[in-house]
Amino acid sequence: MSIDKETIKHVAHLARIELQPNELEKLFGELHEILGFIDKLSILNVEQVKPTSHILPISNVLREDAPHVSLGSDKALENAPSKKGNFFSVPKIIE
Amino acid sequence: MELNQLTAHELLEKLRAQQTTPEAILDSLYARIQKIDPKVKAYVRGQADRTPTEDRHACFLLGLPITIKDNICTEGLPTECCSKILQGFRPPYDATVINKLKKSGGVIFPLKANMDEFAFGSSTENSYFGPTRNPWNLDYVPGGSSGGSAAAVASDEAIWALGSDTGGSIRQPASFCGVVGLKPTYGRISRFGLIAFASSLDQIGPITKDVQDAAILTGLISGYDPGDSTSVNQDVPDYTKSLTGDIKNLKIGIPKEYFIAGMDTEVKMIIQEAVNKLKNLGALTSPVSLPHTEYAVPVYYIIATAEASSNLARFDGVQYGYRASSDNLIQMYKLTRAQGFGQEAKRRIILGTFVLSHGYYDAYYLRALKVRTLIKQDFDKVFGDFDCIVAPTSPTSAFKIGERAQDPLSMYLSDIYTISVNLAGIPAISIPCGFTKKGLPVGLQIMAKPFNEALLFRVAHTFEQNTDWHKLKPSL
Amino acid sequence: MKYQTVIGLEVHLQLNTKTKAFCGCSTDFGKIPNSNVCPVCLGLPGSLPVYNREALNSAIKLALAFDCQIQEHTKFDRKNYFYPDLPKNYQISQFDLPLSRNGYLNIYTQGSAKRIRITRVHLEEDAGKLIHEASVSLVDFNRTGIPLLEIVSEPDLNSPGEAFDYLNSLKSIIEYLDVSDCDMEKGSLRCDANISLRLSGAKELGVKIELKNMNSFKGVKDALTFEVERQTQLLEASQELVQETRLWDVEKSITVVMRTKEGAKDYRYFPDPDLTVFTIEQSMISQARSQLPELPQEKMCRFVKEYGLTEYDAKILVSSKKDAQFAESCIANYPGKDKKEMVNWLIGPLLSESNLRKIKLHALNLDKNELISLIGFVQRQEISHLCAKNILSQLIDTGKTARDLIQEGNLQQISNVDALSGVIEAVIHENSKSVSDFRAGKSNALMYLVGQVMKKSSGKANPKVVGDLVRRRLS
Repeated sequence: MSIDKETIKHVAHLARIELQPNELEKLFGELHEILGFIDKLSILNVEQVKPTSHILPISNVLREDAPHVSLGSDKALENAPSKKGNFFSVPKIIE
Repeated sequence: MELNQLTAHELLEKLRAQQTTPEAILDSLYARIQKIDPKVKAYVRGQADRTPTEDRHACFLLGLPITIKDNICTEGLPTECCSKILQGFRPPYDATVINKLKKSGGVIFPLKANMDEFAFGSSTENSYFGPTRNPWNLDYVPGGSSGGSAAAVASDEAIWALGSDTGGSIRQPASFCGVVGLKPTYGRISRFGLIAFASSLDQIGPITKDVQDAAILTGLISGYDPGDSTSVNQDVPDYTKSLTGDIKNLKIGIPKEYFIAGMDTEVKMIIQEAVNKLKNLGALTSPVSLPHTEYAVPVYYIIATAEASSNLARFDGVQYGYRASSDNLIQMYKLTRAQGFGQEAKRRIILGTFVLSHGYYDAYYLRALKVRTLIKQDFDKVFGDFDCIVAPTSPTSAFKIGERAQDPLSMYLSDIYTISVNLAGIPAISIPCGFTKKGLPVGLQIMAKPFNEALLFRVAHTFEQNTDWHKLKPSL
Repeated sequence: MKYQTVIGLEVHLQLNTKTKAFCGCSTDFGKIPNSNVCPVCLGLPGSLPVYNREALNSAIKLALAFDCQIQEHTKFDRKNYFYPDLPKNYQISQFDLPLSRNGYLNIYTQGSAKRIRITRVHLEEDAGKLIHEASVSLVDFNRTGIPLLEIVSEPDLNSPGEAFDYLNSLKSIIEYLDVSDCDMEKGSLRCDANISLRLSGAKELGVKIELKNMNSFKGVKDALTFEVERQTQLLEASQELVQETRLWDVEKSITVVMRTKEGAKDYRYFPDPDLTVFTIEQSMISQARSQLPELPQEKMCRFVKEYGLTEYDAKILVSSKKDAQFAESCIANYPGKDKKEMVNWLIGPLLSESNLRKIKLHALNLDKNELISLIGFVQRQEISHLCAKNILSQLIDTGKTARDLIQEGNLQQISNVDALSGVIEAVIHENSKSVSDFRAGKSNALMYLVGQVMKKSSGKANPKVVGDLVRRRLS
């Protein structure tokens, strides 16, 4: 299986990354090669194999419903590129 | 010897005996850094600072400084993963390992170590701040992604350091730089505060001048963290007790799949000599098979990039870091991420997003998770009969700066011996075991069952104490 | 009806745990923006989630209350999308192994019970809040990470009225469980609807329209009502409906299409590697079950059995847990086996007072003993029923005893023939038409005359006695 340029554009949009035309071109070549390499997995018969999404045999890790000390708005906003009062400020969402 | 040239355990002795002070050690490091770091570039930012920040005189580490990779959160100190997109980010909290070190009396070195951006890389050439150079030969890479940490330790610009390992990022640079690097069992060391690359694979670990230092450091930072759901509640043994020097009758498996065509012949020879050394020390070696080894790299590049694509979605200019200017939110996201991420980061995010996307999930991601099971089962089987596995850390010694930078696939293939370990969640250590004719270090990798770091330290220490590789230093 | 309406509802419920789903930040409403936050709920680099035990317990209780099957092995998945109120740009949610499935709740339409199936109840975390200004949007992350349950119904609802009933039933049960404030105004309960129309008898579903931005149960009902109309008109005009999302505009009472989305969303769900899987053990289920209160349905059945209420009356009384508790304490303490009188007072005058004052029954703060006392006075005919209703109002307002109020107001019922005859004569004299009507056989006229006597006596006359006297007088 491989990837075409339209798919790369769509995926770049899903990932919210703006690609320049030359980047798209380069990525197309690189991903094509990488996916070709990854395709070697397709020869394996994995029908009866269970997937491993967690390598550790642990389960049910929970925490008590007990409060901790929160950061407070000053600390929370310390790194903000743009803020207004106690809010983070972002450009308007234009559909 | 200068203070900065000593190991941590040697300096701890001096500190205990009050023959030196933390300030003197810091001064020694700063002097060394001033002299050679303009060439090596192990560090990326920070101000030299001698101010003691904690009252540590009653504590174990007595003020000994430790170098931290730029992806581990240090409160108040910029932590940027060597990426433009995180520029200026000052975490309002310390990673759990940093907390533990401070509580043990350690001093967090104010200069942060260089790395491949977001740990994406095997050469530290993907850093926003430019590459670190191998102290053994400045034209060569130090390995990656913890290249800064490894180079700093190798060149005595650090006493010891923390790195992180997702597919080999501690072990491979350790082997390229001739130092010791351990990736612990997944879940042994808390990931809270480690800026995530691939959550099911990442671990923090020590990069040190010798095995004893690695044993000490691992003991200090290991342990259950209720703030990390993937951290395991198991007692931490005193790893220094495993430095017995005895490996008689230990059953060691040598995986045949790790000695394939394409492997550097010099490296092959050096590893074989190292294996012989282990035999001479009393270990029993046998060939074993890890049949799914050839699938490890593709599996890794599906799982790791998928997780990374999700973990890096948060870098969007909203709360911290770099923000591109725009009057439209979606454009702001797209430009911030286009301008803030380097090429390798974008490549991996796109690949990772693709393998999770509608229509491709089953063929790629789900399939990779299943092959991961097969890879783990390979190790389970071998550990049923053997105590540990010994193999090369990398198919080659360090390559030249720029040599693989334009060929992502060849870069990915340099992780071929380290990746399976992360997929299986087992611990592994790399120790220096020789030099190529060009004078570049070669690393020996030892792997063990989950939570058997003690065995790794025992084997590694025994080998080390019966060789002199760890005593050699680059001529910088 | 030519078209059948098919509705499914998706409810997001904030749990009332003290702290958030994955961190120990407070869930208190209305604090300073971005103050109830920490590295975890802000999604700061390096932060990791750990799930709230109490949230899981609440979720299991709710699943049991709806008779859902609880998944033995459940996990969290990441739902990936970009939005400024989502600090990690993914939401921790559940995809293919939700906590529970295949439950139901009953609604009562036109006297009979209708089962509405619940497809699933799953765990997730809330997003932050956005305030839109002219050129910027402001983000407050206080709400991020508050534990949510998503409750999805099958499209078993067939009218806006049924949807309204479903929401009320749902709210009633949730209140009993005390796992959420269920307050649409505060945002602890949010509801989206899916509606489609099809020709009656058709097997396939029509085009599904998603409705959002309804801020009250009435809003849901109104929006759906509007949609039924709008879609019917389009279908009658043979116009094609297109799958879309519409917003309810409460000011204009219309739905408007939401500006275009980019086609079907691809959330790229995958198991969250930062969280373990969860095995819901029998012990956890037993513990949650033991914490279940008597639910509205059970209480209703019990009221019918134990106190002889009709189903209709019982349903009214159990709809709110606190009201049910108040009602039950009144009924249980009412002397004698026949509780009908007390029930009538609860369903009748008390409910009226509650509706009038726009507060719940239990919030009337009426002392049950005074109510019982008041009813006693009526039973003994010491005051008239009409009078008692006035006293009830005063009991609520003043908190005085019934006895005191009767004495103060001099409200004792007049049953004495001599005392009444004067008034009766006056009324007969003033209402000759009614008198002749009565003599002509119109029984309503008697009631009118009795009413006049009641009026003249300021409600103190015993209506029964008056009735007898007037009848005798005029025959």
